[in-house]
Amino acid sequence: MRQIMNIAVKEFKDYFISPIAYIVISLFLVVTGWFFFSTFFIFDSADMRRFFSLLPLIFSFVIPAVTMRLFSEEMNIGSYETLLTMPVSFVDIAVGKFAAALIFTACMLLPTVSYPISIAFVGDMDLGPVLGGYIGAILLGGAYCAVGILASSLTRNQIVAFILGAAICFTLTIIDKLLFFVPGPLAGIVGFLGSDTHFASIAKGVVDSRDLIYFVSVMVLGLFGTNLVMKEKN
Amino acid sequence: MIQVENLTKYYSDFCAVDNITLEIKKGEILGLLGPNGAGKTTILRMLTGFFKPTSGTIDVEQNSILTDSLNIKKMIGYLPESAPLYHNMLVYDYLEYVAKVKGVEKEKRMDRLRELSDLCGLSGIMHKSIEELSKGLKQRVGLAHAMMTDPEILILDEPTSGLDPNQIAEIRKIIRRIGRRKTIVFSTHILSEAEATCDRIVILNRGRVVADDTTANLTKGAYRGACIRLSLCSAEEKEVTSLLKEIDPELKIVTLGSDDSGAVSFDIKSSSSKDFRKDIYLKIRETDWIILEMSRESHTLEKIFQELTMEN
Repeated sequence: MRQIMNIAVKEFKDYFISPIAYIVISLFLVVTGWFFFSTFFIFDSADMRRFFSLLPLIFSFVIPAVTMRLFSEEMNIGSYETLLTMPVSFVDIAVGKFAAALIFTACMLLPTVSYPISIAFVGDMDLGPVLGGYIGAILLGGAYCAVGILASSLTRNQIVAFILGAAICFTLTIIDKLLFFVPGPLAGIVGFLGSDTHFASIAKGVVDSRDLIYFVSVMVLGLFGTNLVMKEKN
Repeated sequence: MIQVENLTKYYSDFCAVDNITLEIKKGEILGLLGPNGAGKTTILRMLTGFFKPTSGTIDVEQNSILTDSLNIKKMIGYLPESAPLYHNMLVYDYLEYVAKVKGVEKEKRMDRLRELSDLCGLSGIMHKSIEELSKGLKQRVGLAHAMMTDPEILILDEPTSGLDPNQIAEIRKIIRRIGRRKTIVFSTHILSEAEATCDRIVILNRGRVVADDTTANLTKGAYRGACIRLSLCSAEEKEVTSLLKEIDPELKIVTLGSDDSGAVSFDIKSSSSKDFRKDIYLKIRETDWIILEMSRESHTLEKIFQELTMEN
């Protein structure tokens, strides 16, 4: 546990040493802010629904950019060797880096809390869906972080890691919109794999165990896969 | 202390390390010597648990690398080749992070960092970013990393490669200073370095051990078939030859010719490992010849190395 903390703290600080963190956060805020507020007054309803409906798509490109360096950079400069020969286990490394990415995602969402606060001033807002939306956003962010870390552990090239991670996350986001291509009996299973519907139901304020299980299993699978990749490289 | 048995490593179907058995004793400084691609780095990486062996075992004080690798990692300080560090961190931040991960207690952390900064000469660069450092300084930060918990075993992969002569001398000095109390395994392809710092040398070629002996024994064996160079003034070639033959008729004496000052040079070879210099001197003392030069050329470690590792 202590080692997970050490690694997570180091990786989290690393984000803010380089300009990457600031660029990613500002880009995220500009994109979400524009798409949300440009039509906010046209729809004339005091809720955050359309902000949250944007998140799966935006996250599937932003989060792989956050996670792409976690393993690729280490393998590229060779510090992976120094890391692995210190008394840390594979699980410590994977979970530590995952935690850093997830906390970073939370930091990225933090400024958007100003949206519901300012909306609450101009209209009557239901707090449930907003709370659910943020819980869902953290779960979704966690799932995509795990996928991004898995992609990063597969290659020493950060750009490849980004494209791979974004491709998987994007597929998870849109797969339940492609159900009409899938034969009937399989549709239910394939539909369950899509992250969008699970996220949407939490963002409505309904925290269902099925959705929780979905996000937690994506996280566990991603980290387990990372663990396997590290073992295989060893 | 370290027991390596039948260690083998394959990279897909390329055999990098082929069935190596070694025992490294406590307090020994062992040099792994070999041309590029001989498997030095692979062996060190397996010792540190970075690679898993394809077959064979490594035991460090009854801990097996396959099952207790975390325990072994705690006992070992490792400096990888060309010290790959986190470029964007400050030296101080980096070493503090290493101290945390390696489990140096909070109260002792500051003192340990001070000690290491004195030992490795880092006091002037603690506030610098690692990417600004020269190669030699990076290597020193890497050494500080390896020695963080004052480990029993230090494993150094080509600690002096790519450094200038002053930096090499410094790093060697540090290694010798620590080596008095520690077990050190290091790899190098610089022979004089191994000769100067190691107690024992293992020469590798194509993943196999081709020589494994103390440095003293390896260099002693080098005098077999050694050649004595002799230069004499005011001497006649024939007289010299007949006089030297009195010592041992088996001696092969080759005249190399004379120079302007009238000095004649000879090469004297013998098939035994006996040192004939004393006998030659005593014989020549009976005459009125003047010795300008007498030296014994040994096969250097370099020669042995070449003989053992050259193809065909």
